[in-house]
Amino acid sequence: MAGLTLASPSAERRVYSPWRETWRRYSRHKLAVVSAFLLLVLILAVLVGPFIWRVKIDEIDIVAGLQGPSLAHPFGTDDLGQDILARMIYGGRISLAVGLAAMLVSVFVGTLIGALAGMSRGALGHGLMWLTDLFLSLPQLPLLLLLIYLFRDGLKAAFGPEGGIFILIVLVIGGLRWMPVARLVRAQFLSIREKEFVEAARALGASPVRQVVRHILPNALGPVIIAGTIDVAAAIIAESTLSFLGLGFPPDTPTWGRLLYDAKDFLDIGPHWALFPGGAIFIAVVAINFIGDGLRDALDARRVI
Amino acid sequence: MSQYVLRRLLIAIPSLLGISAVLFFVLALAPGDPFSELATNPNVPPEVQAALRAKFGLDDPIYLRYVHWLNAMLHGDWGFSFVSRMDVDKLILQRLPTTLYVIGSAQILALLIAIPVGVYAATKPYSLFDQVANTLAFVGFSLPTFFTGILFILIFSVTLDWLPFVYTTDVKATGIHWVFEMIRQAIMPVAVLGLFQAASMTRFVRSAMLDVIRLDYITTARAKGLGQAKVIVKHVMRNAMIPVVTLIALQIPAVFGGAIVTEQIFRIPGIGSLLISSILSNDTPVVMAVTFVFACLVVLFNLIADILYGWLDPRISFR
Amino acid sequence: MLDKELRSMIGQVKDGRMDRRAFIKRMAAVGLTAPLANQILALGGVAMAEGASTYKPTKRGGGGALKLLWWQGPTLLNPHFATGTKDQDGSRLFYEPLACWDPDGNMKLVLATEIPSIQNGLLAADGKSVTWKLKPGVKWHDGKPFSADDLVFTWQYAKDPATAAITIGVYRDITVEKIDDLTVKITFPKPTPFWADAFVGAGAGQILPKHLFADYIGSKSREAPTNLSPVGTGPYKFVEFKPGDLIRGVINPDYHMQNRPYFDSVEMKGGGDAVSAARAVIQTGEYDFGWNIQVEDDVLLRLEKGGKGKTVYAVGGDTEFIALNFTDPNVEVDGERSSMKTKHPLFSDPAVRKALSMLVDRDSVKKAIYGRAGRTTANFLNGPEKFVSKNTNWEFNIEKAAKMLDDAGWKPGADGIREKDGKKLKILYQTAINGPRQKTQAIVKQACQKAGIDVELKSVVASVFFSSDVANPDTYPKFYADIEMFQIPLSQPDPSQHMRRYLSTAVATKENKWQGTNFPRWVNKDYDAAINAADTEMDPVKRAALYIKANDLMWEDTVFIPVMHRLKVEAAANNLRPVISGWANETDNLFDWYREE
Repeated sequence: MAGLTLASPSAERRVYSPWRETWRRYSRHKLAVVSAFLLLVLILAVLVGPFIWRVKIDEIDIVAGLQGPSLAHPFGTDDLGQDILARMIYGGRISLAVGLAAMLVSVFVGTLIGALAGMSRGALGHGLMWLTDLFLSLPQLPLLLLLIYLFRDGLKAAFGPEGGIFILIVLVIGGLRWMPVARLVRAQFLSIREKEFVEAARALGASPVRQVVRHILPNALGPVIIAGTIDVAAAIIAESTLSFLGLGFPPDTPTWGRLLYDAKDFLDIGPHWALFPGGAIFIAVVAINFIGDGLRDALDARRVI
Repeated sequence: MSQYVLRRLLIAIPSLLGISAVLFFVLALAPGDPFSELATNPNVPPEVQAALRAKFGLDDPIYLRYVHWLNAMLHGDWGFSFVSRMDVDKLILQRLPTTLYVIGSAQILALLIAIPVGVYAATKPYSLFDQVANTLAFVGFSLPTFFTGILFILIFSVTLDWLPFVYTTDVKATGIHWVFEMIRQAIMPVAVLGLFQAASMTRFVRSAMLDVIRLDYITTARAKGLGQAKVIVKHVMRNAMIPVVTLIALQIPAVFGGAIVTEQIFRIPGIGSLLISSILSNDTPVVMAVTFVFACLVVLFNLIADILYGWLDPRISFR
Repeated sequence: MLDKELRSMIGQVKDGRMDRRAFIKRMAAVGLTAPLANQILALGGVAMAEGASTYKPTKRGGGGALKLLWWQGPTLLNPHFATGTKDQDGSRLFYEPLACWDPDGNMKLVLATEIPSIQNGLLAADGKSVTWKLKPGVKWHDGKPFSADDLVFTWQYAKDPATAAITIGVYRDITVEKIDDLTVKITFPKPTPFWADAFVGAGAGQILPKHLFADYIGSKSREAPTNLSPVGTGPYKFVEFKPGDLIRGVINPDYHMQNRPYFDSVEMKGGGDAVSAARAVIQTGEYDFGWNIQVEDDVLLRLEKGGKGKTVYAVGGDTEFIALNFTDPNVEVDGERSSMKTKHPLFSDPAVRKALSMLVDRDSVKKAIYGRAGRTTANFLNGPEKFVSKNTNWEFNIEKAAKMLDDAGWKPGADGIREKDGKKLKILYQTAINGPRQKTQAIVKQACQKAGIDVELKSVVASVFFSSDVANPDTYPKFYADIEMFQIPLSQPDPSQHMRRYLSTAVATKENKWQGTNFPRWVNKDYDAAINAADTEMDPVKRAALYIKANDLMWEDTVFIPVMHRLKVEAAANNLRPVISGWANETDNLFDWYREE
């Protein structure tokens, strides 16, 4: 149905290549375009920010603690008098990178396992569902402690302290969040693989890989995109809890989630401290979600605009 | 179908056994010590700490400890808490009612919000209602519960003084007042947790509905002159339910597992807080029992979800 | 101090030429608090005065419910199995010791009738035995009489390794014998200047009823039903216990102290975190008392403006310190890092240790974190007062530290980090995960960076950091870092156990499975000599001098950099009159608590 509509040339409509077609549909989604721009601005800000805003992130000045926004400190200071703007710029790199990378890991692993389980009718499907159930039941805290204990020093040695920890965090967060995606994808696959158009493709001799990639997956992407966009927020917040286990970045690394956590006890004294990191997470989440919505509409094989 | 269910249940036994073995090894290998608090107590010589470890079998080889545990479990003995020195099943049963009440209510609240809002938003995509619902959902899942919990406390307990924020199982009232107090103290935790979950669930429901709502047969149904409400409920929802059922099946075991952060903030004596304190004090028998029950629920609800898929979409066949 | 003068004054009090009050006043003038002056008198042969009570109510009961909030809820109610002070606190609602410690560190009688002293003949002059007289007519909550048999039983119970009591260290080496129904004699294997350990205080002193535990001694100890439903002699009778969540008790109408207790019932709720506990007491008034409010002072000051409660402080001897590693944590020798066969590459230069000490900005730490709950100090040993050295000092001076390093040959490299002989001044600084500790780390790190020392911060979950797990590299006894920060509580008004930890024979090594208590791996013969001498020194003045010397040796060698002398912080409703001692558990003096109407 979808392919047919696209392929049928009509007098008034020009034919676009699939990529341009996707972009054409995406760009019609105004919020998505604005959001993509917003996300780009955020990423630019955390990348270029340190060169423009040159205040040190760990300059302690206890006398100037918990001050609201001012010219010297546009986002105010925390209880030790450290500049929140500088800390947010520094921490934003980590938070955004961790959020996006962990989301990619969880979506990729989840989709892969869910697709395999959804297509397989035998032991493989059962095995993969068993694996999913296992990961769902594992208590995360002891597992994390075990992982730190087993791998921290090795990864540190191999990739340096920052790189090693980044890899570990992304793998841990992504590796512990793929299960809902896998279950959702599998459920979609179970239903879609029996639909007429897939049967038609099968009857026409499409290989299983082609069935999946061209026919089933595009129709199963809806929940995956939603899960992925939600995962970005979850990963940014999860990163902050990891540093409480000694797994995350060193305790003085001001990631957004960490700033929000530190600020929570000062909510009634210095609300600005929570407001800015909370706002930054929110903006990133909103942007990524609208991009997700846009992508969804653009990739939706059934929708004709 | 019944044969399929029976076979799945039979498969569940070895798979649970496998899960239990992995759980046990992870817990046993995870670093920590149930007696760490004794470390800085000058009255307790280090050899006492070592003797305690030996007494509770913490120095035995892991596979041996697993066999002991499995054997006891098969005989209905859930184990003995190192930290509380009492039977694990008693500890869990003490906390079950509160967990079911608070966390269960939160899940129901989440569903009651997510399904109608998601469905309605999907029928009018990009309308004002949809935009507002989406924005609220984004706020919902970008703010962690540790934050909203404190915000609620500051507003409703400290500033307005409407609600208590320390949950107590020992409500000093009887009859209708008892019911009233129980509801009053559960409002904040249920709201915090329920709204957090409703936020992401709304997005899933909306997306699932959107996926289906544009399909041909829906258009056909509309063209046949069926009323909007009827179309939505009978045709769209049933087909959109597959991802939703999946999500609910993922959430229900969590009702038993509790919600660690929310329970901590409001001092709810649920299973989540038992689990976290047991993990932090490496009280392996308790952690093992809780996670094992949790694993059983995960497997069970996965099975139930599979059966429901077949009912929602009869074309899904299971062999 | 003025050894001779003190001695003559003690003599004067003994003979009745000087009155006790005058003595205490004179002592106060030289910086000794009343209780310690009292203790000096006691050990000098003058009977110890019992701590005065501030208790006002004139009848038993009538005070309504007392609602306590412990953010770590007790998980068991047998004090001899307590895995933390929270369990001792919970048990202490029901069980009692012979005596406890009041806010000034004075002994306060509970189940005994007289404080043993050399004068009243209950304390042997050679320090090898002490006799306790028990209060007559005391009944357990089930109506059975309390007697010397219960003490003898508690001793047997706790010292049996099969019982696996955590109090075994206190009871293992002593002998307890029944003289008559109301008299017991404790014999020590060697002269014991601090004899008030067994049966005193909430930590190890709580006495169990023989008639209920007799069948559950040794390996059967875990089956005792009374482990979860205590029957004691205390002011409150047990009603209900939910581990980690709730303890409830009601007034004991037959309590053996006059007009006590004041409250009709008591409830101890567990769980949550310190900040919200402070809120529930100070801001909303949902609870009467919140335990151990380790919260930034700024937050507390703000909460107190609400006006329903306030913070309460008690001075003890807890010191938050940074310990320096004297061995090399980065070199492995015979499968062991931080091995005694190595020397720390940087800290073997005393100038580096001294400079580091100068870079810890104790004033800022106090200002930003501890506030009213901390006192800056140069000493490792900060209490009781008579053991506190006046010979030490500290300063925070980045320039001076930098100059000291310059002079010692540590010159800044291209990256601004000092180096000498190819060794860079890079330090790994570890601690347990806890808000105030991470902030202290940040403050210290910044000063170090300014002086050209690079500091890497590491924080470890408390349950791992304090674990005795031999396999884990992140525990504090292993000390696989250059410096580490935490505190070891001083749980009784005597430093002996505390200071013995750092004997050179107690070094933590692979051989003793890191069970040694000397984790800085510092070895000093003079220290060993002073501590060993103090252990059996019966002359209180000489003994205090020995501990002061030991403290000064640590200071000279910069073994520990004391960050803060920490006070106990509690939250209490405005009208509650809690009695809190820095030397005892919070519930140790619960019988004296009341509410001002």
